[in-house]
Amino acid sequence: MDIGTFLVQCLNAVQYGLLLFLVASGLTLIFGIMGVINLAHGSFYMLGAYMAFALSPLFGDQFIVMLVAGVVLAAIFGYLLEWAFFSYLYQRDHLQQVLMTYGLILVFEEVRSLLMGNDVHGVKPPPWLEGSFALGSLMSYPWYRLFASAACIVLAVALYLVVNRTRLGMMIRAGASNRDMVRGLGIDIRKLYRIVFAAGVALAALAGMIAAPMSSVYPGMGASVLIICFVVVVIGGIGSIPGALVASLLVGFVDTFGKVLFAELSGMGVYVLMAIVLIWRPEGLMGRKT
Amino acid sequence: MRRLDPFLPLLCAVALALLAPVLSPYVSDFVVKVMILSIFALSLELLVGMTGLVSLGHAAFYGIGAYATVLASGTEGGSIALLLPLAMGSAAAYALFVGALSLRTRGVYFIMVTLAFAQMAYFVFHDTKVGGGSDGIYMYVRPTLGAIDMENRGVQFYVVLAALVACYGLLALVRRSRFGAALAGIRVNEQRMRAAGFAVYGYKLAAFVLAGALAGLAGFLLAARDGVVNPELLAWHNSGEVLLMIILGGLGHLRGAIIGAVAFTLLKELLSTHGFVGPLADHWQLTLGIAIIAFVALLPKGIIGIAARLSPKGST
Amino acid sequence: MTYALSRTARLALATLAFASLAGASHAQQGKLKVGLMLPFSGTYTALGVAIENGFRLGVEQQGGKLGGREIEYVKVDDESDPAKATDNVNKLIKRDNVDVIVGTVHSGVAMAMAKAAKESGTVLIVPNAGADAVTGPMCAPNIFRSSFSNWQPAYAMGEVAGKQEKKKTAITITWKYAAGDESVSGFKEGFEKAGGQVTKQLNVPFPNVEFQALLTEIAAAKPDAVYAFFAGGGAVKFVKDYAAAGLDKTIPLYGPGFLTDGTLDAQGASAQGILTTLHYADGLNTPRDTAFRTAYAKSFKLQPDVYAVQGFDAAQMLGIGLAAVKGDIGKKAEFASAIEKARIDSPRGAFSVGKSHNPVQDIYLRKVDGKENKLVSIAAKALADPARGCRM
Repeated sequence: MDIGTFLVQCLNAVQYGLLLFLVASGLTLIFGIMGVINLAHGSFYMLGAYMAFALSPLFGDQFIVMLVAGVVLAAIFGYLLEWAFFSYLYQRDHLQQVLMTYGLILVFEEVRSLLMGNDVHGVKPPPWLEGSFALGSLMSYPWYRLFASAACIVLAVALYLVVNRTRLGMMIRAGASNRDMVRGLGIDIRKLYRIVFAAGVALAALAGMIAAPMSSVYPGMGASVLIICFVVVVIGGIGSIPGALVASLLVGFVDTFGKVLFAELSGMGVYVLMAIVLIWRPEGLMGRKT
Repeated sequence: MRRLDPFLPLLCAVALALLAPVLSPYVSDFVVKVMILSIFALSLELLVGMTGLVSLGHAAFYGIGAYATVLASGTEGGSIALLLPLAMGSAAAYALFVGALSLRTRGVYFIMVTLAFAQMAYFVFHDTKVGGGSDGIYMYVRPTLGAIDMENRGVQFYVVLAALVACYGLLALVRRSRFGAALAGIRVNEQRMRAAGFAVYGYKLAAFVLAGALAGLAGFLLAARDGVVNPELLAWHNSGEVLLMIILGGLGHLRGAIIGAVAFTLLKELLSTHGFVGPLADHWQLTLGIAIIAFVALLPKGIIGIAARLSPKGST
Repeated sequence: MTYALSRTARLALATLAFASLAGASHAQQGKLKVGLMLPFSGTYTALGVAIENGFRLGVEQQGGKLGGREIEYVKVDDESDPAKATDNVNKLIKRDNVDVIVGTVHSGVAMAMAKAAKESGTVLIVPNAGADAVTGPMCAPNIFRSSFSNWQPAYAMGEVAGKQEKKKTAITITWKYAAGDESVSGFKEGFEKAGGQVTKQLNVPFPNVEFQALLTEIAAAKPDAVYAFFAGGGAVKFVKDYAAAGLDKTIPLYGPGFLTDGTLDAQGASAQGILTTLHYADGLNTPRDTAFRTAYAKSFKLQPDVYAVQGFDAAQMLGIGLAAVKGDIGKKAEFASAIEKARIDSPRGAFSVGKSHNPVQDIYLRKVDGKENKLVSIAAKALADPARGCRM
């Protein structure tokens, strides 16, 4: 592999990793703050992708506006879902949470099937992001993928700022490290949970919207993302957003270079990575020792 | 009635054995499937119900047992005496590997890690040349042992029934043993057990491996029944479903696993048959999903829980 | 106490007795029960519907009766799920007692069906699934195929790439599943026979459509040609991504017809000029094909595709066999030999089934022109699948 190809593959790896980070950060937030294991998180990613498919004809080339609209819709959906369903899960043990969210996945899949059908759909990037630019004489790199990476970086920075520089972020960090204390301090924990959940859903949906033009929109796309996200959260440490970032990028690299170097075993690469991390640090790279 | 209670499982087994010759081929096939799933559910009951370890990756051992059976059968078929231990052994070996690593974690981490390791096994069979890829592989000739030829449907029935009885018996013995008591202690309060000097990690690992081996047994029987295996046997949907079965039946009871396996399989069958639910049959995922949510929310103790609530003296 | 037990016992026995009887219906010389096990939901729904339409049209054109018997259809949705395949096909064989099974699209499901049919002796006609095994190691006197084997169009493409297009090196890329593997090895065989060499074989896990890393690989390796096997949504994405990476201008893309069948609307400009091989094409302009297309469009208000043709021919094959045994499907040997000796007048062109019951047919070379896969030439005449491993 020459240096040019290597750099392009790095670009691919980072782009994939950053997208994963968006989804995984939502998952780790929801788990870290509320202690709820949510198998349906992949369905929110799928929700975003199908939203992009449905909204794209309406918004034409106002892609950014569409993304914002999608985020708002997803957040509202998340808020309502927490109120109607997830708030009942906090008291239950993990086993029940696993099974109830598993049932939720089935419901989401069928609703998706009823509303949007079972075909695979493509989503066109907006006209101002179409096309590719030449990367030397080797090949062209699509503008859209560059945009996706840039968008993810912007969002990651925004997430960092919110979590570390705002009051809301302070409550989130406090809730992640000691839930009962936060409640004891008089903060409306229910409202906090609802906001955090809505944010997690919105992040996953946004990731789905951004990914749609790159990976197509198809049934079952939520499931594949979900499992990788679990791996990311385990490697990074539950509740840790910086951990999720590091782990996502690691997974992005292992997956991309694995595909290229070890074609047959590429699917396994990330699990081997997880096994190694587990042997070395069972609580994750940046997780707290339980 | 209550005096018969401890003998009920044995009576049911005898009843099944007597009924076998008169069942129609379709019903007989169905009963065999449910019996195999019962063994699978029983193996998970050991982990979740007895030891308190919630594993979301149990289907991996089931699938590995099934694949080992088909792969080792070759073109001429194999002997049960070779294939059965091989299936259980490979499942147990993978369980040893997964358990050794996952048991270093606890709670939610453990759930996610077992899921991830099951996915790893899934990908081995789905993506590599080991199995036949996503389409699966088929077995040329079913296993035999002397006069026991599993190509014969009737023989198959009795072999599976015998395996179920043996599995149930083994787990009932485990429950009553010191090992089982230690597992129960670990389930209730791990910290205390460790303080009392028990090698908690070792006990958990032993339970994990035994559960894996029994799941491998179920896999062997499935391969013998269908003659065809595919990677979806290891998919996490399968892990989720077997977990559902033991909750549905009632955690903490061996019969719960069997009742759950029967109830869940019947439920799935009914929800996708037009005769019962009309046009909703095409949307079985929706009805099944809602049913699951409702069951877990409203009946956390499962079907056995209903019986306990209805019976006036509260017998378990 | 005893009363309660015996009441439950009586109920249980009654249920079991009823269940036992439920399965025991006899197939008389009345209607012929045909079980259609096809995908009626999921990504392959359109294919399942096309096959059923084609089959029904075929029965209708033979006078609505086959071998003097009317047809009763029993439909099962296989959901393209190999995990449920055995149970689904057993429902047809044991619960519904069908005489003939027609199905399916997905090769994994078809393998389970073939195994069950081989064991029960029920006649099975496969109207699509190209798994080499169905007419290979799993072949049986009661199993027939009206479509193709994965090897056939691929081998033809390999020969074309080497001889006609004079390419020396090629990289293959496909999903990691049986159909993909078989297609790639068919191409490799044909290509190497024509003097070429496959330098790399790339794989994507099924049904993943993230191709970016592998396209980069291809660009770096600079082969003379690329052979790709994808179908449906995957085919759409791949062809578009290939063009987005600028590779369509530098490295020609080849594939079996599935790469560009039913996907041209979505692929648009990115697919123009791609050469593919298949046992069917647009613009055949034979009287048989034109008549079929008109009849199909009239009945179903849709344009037919290769799947409809395959369903149509399945009905023809069944008709030929039943005519020879005068409707008595029990006469398995005569049924089989009638089909083996026949020349089936298909819209794709006449074909016969080989010893392994797979069509021996012409493979056409097509080029994408606008929204059609236009016939260019015949890539391979009367190509027979080698049926490796078939012992009949």
